[in-house]
Amino acid sequence: MMRGDATTLPVRGRWSVVGRPNALGAAVAPEPVSTSYRALRVFLRNPTGMSAFLLLLLVAVVSLAAPWIYQDDPLSMVARPFLWPGQDWDYPLGTDSLGRDVAAGLIWGGRISLLVGFTAMGLGVAVGIIVGALGGYFGGGIDNTLQRLTDIIQTMPSFVLLVVLVAIFEPSVQTVTAGIAVVTWPTVARLVRAEFRSLREKDFVMAAKALGFGHARIILLEILPNALPPIIVTASVLVASAILMESALSFLGLSDPNVVSWGSMIGSGRDALRTAWYLTAIPGVAIVLTVLALNLIGDALNDALNPRSTTTP
Amino acid sequence: MTSMTPLLEVQSLTIRFAHSEPVRDLSFRVYPRETVALVGESGSGKSLTALALMGLLPSSARSGAASLTLAGADLRALTPRAWRRVRGREVAMVFQEPMTSLNPVLTIGRQITESLRHHEGLSASAARARAIELLDLVRIANPQRRVDDYPHRLSGGMRQRVMIAIAVACRPKLLIADEPTTALDVTIQAQVLELLDKLRRDLSMGLLLITHDLGVVGQWADRVVVMYAGAKVEEAAAETLFTGALHPYTRGLIAASPRFHRAHTYQDGKLSEIPGSIASAVGEAGCAFAPRCTHVRTECRLAPPQPIAVEAGWSVACPVALDRTEETRRVAVASF
Repeated sequence: MMRGDATTLPVRGRWSVVGRPNALGAAVAPEPVSTSYRALRVFLRNPTGMSAFLLLLLVAVVSLAAPWIYQDDPLSMVARPFLWPGQDWDYPLGTDSLGRDVAAGLIWGGRISLLVGFTAMGLGVAVGIIVGALGGYFGGGIDNTLQRLTDIIQTMPSFVLLVVLVAIFEPSVQTVTAGIAVVTWPTVARLVRAEFRSLREKDFVMAAKALGFGHARIILLEILPNALPPIIVTASVLVASAILMESALSFLGLSDPNVVSWGSMIGSGRDALRTAWYLTAIPGVAIVLTVLALNLIGDALNDALNPRSTTTP
Repeated sequence: MTSMTPLLEVQSLTIRFAHSEPVRDLSFRVYPRETVALVGESGSGKSLTALALMGLLPSSARSGAASLTLAGADLRALTPRAWRRVRGREVAMVFQEPMTSLNPVLTIGRQITESLRHHEGLSASAARARAIELLDLVRIANPQRRVDDYPHRLSGGMRQRVMIAIAVACRPKLLIADEPTTALDVTIQAQVLELLDKLRRDLSMGLLLITHDLGVVGQWADRVVVMYAGAKVEEAAAETLFTGALHPYTRGLIAASPRFHRAHTYQDGKLSEIPGSIASAVGEAGCAFAPRCTHVRTECRLAPPQPIAVEAGWSVACPVALDRTEETRRVAVASF
């Protein structure tokens, strides 16, 4: 192990070069670029991800602008029923069986779908992170208890559970959102727990403990940032599945009867499926495009946030 | 030196797991501004000892000690909350693997300031200024720019310097360096050790250097504690150890190293080795080294030998080695 050191290793205190700035290292070192900027650049250069992002942005902007585009209640009857798209340019996407404007419904419905999708995702991810982080970090009894809780929810078919939850409580935007969050948090919790279980063994966690940091600090500031990439990817897909669940609930009539959503439009249009297929097809296309955009964004984020991805910045 | 009060006093430290006892009855002291090397092969309990001094033993471990005192404060009585105030401020640690000991998603500046803000309550801007000073102190070129770098942009040697900057940020009284250079290449090793030594002098810290590299010990340590299978076999000043080690294990270790005092490498002759492995110590009632020892006697296998003082600051846990006359000792020194 000490080969060649016999003559080169100096006597203590006579190593004049030691400690001088490493000129070689300084010259080679490139400008500092943070990892998050790298991820952003990869994402911006991904054409699929970018077009999906722009599509979602368009949906979001149009939905948010609904009160300015259509001032009237989208549930009010404004024209003759079963106007086909293009038949009357005052109602570009036609009217449904009750004479309600499909275009207004589509735009107002997007608000509900996106609201429910993002809020349910936010709740589910928050609960999932808390449960998964505590279980994964502390292990032992806490982990066992939380895991059993997760198992209980995961053993039940999630959509059936959701239907039961919403049916027990009054169907409203709030209960639907909460119900979707209840059935989605276990997915996040399992993911976060797995990440924390491997990350808590890392040397930098031991180093943080050796600096006297407490558990909360280590969980939130040391481990969580390292676990974020897979959580972000999952979150984008969760928004999509929450939108689908909300639509499915509305289709079954388990939604707030006072608001219009894409699912409820499909649900009310299904009676006239053979004569006026556009009533189900139009909100259906909206759902497909939004969910597709979210999934593509998830894929692009996965590539961008994974340092081992083949895409070079 | 012995008249000073020790900075760290460890007496009869024992660490137990369910089926093993990796550290047994270990006692040593570190005086202020002193470098003590804890030497032993893998599995001799060096790193566990370090973790015990940080209060970071795994929860499955049970430890006990007659005394565990850092700068007059009893470490055994500390609550978890009190430990968090001691770690990082009174005693800090540099780990073996600089590649994994830094958090990959935080800038190095953030990682240095975290500890400063936690322990000393500095403002963000004051902590940042101090972080830049610290990077300069550990000789990182261009610290103003480097402070915002992420760890993956730094080489192994630079990362270890950052680790050292983090460790000394709050001016701890004792710095534990657990094999700080094992993961670095030889040219960087010397720089990092030189830096540790300089900081020890500048910040008047005690330095507990855990290593298996006798070359490191010879160059940088004031005193050496040699461990074998969890117990201290010999403790001596570094020069004493290299010229007149008494314990058969210590002498075996020194004989097995290329001799850096003379121009002697493995090309000039076969290096000697210690037969057997440390695993043979398991279940040994007496001296743990007995199965591998060439001077073993029957009484060695009856009870673990206690450290016997040879002279001030020099003790050896081997009665056989002491029994051998002054003349055989001279022969042993000459053959080295």
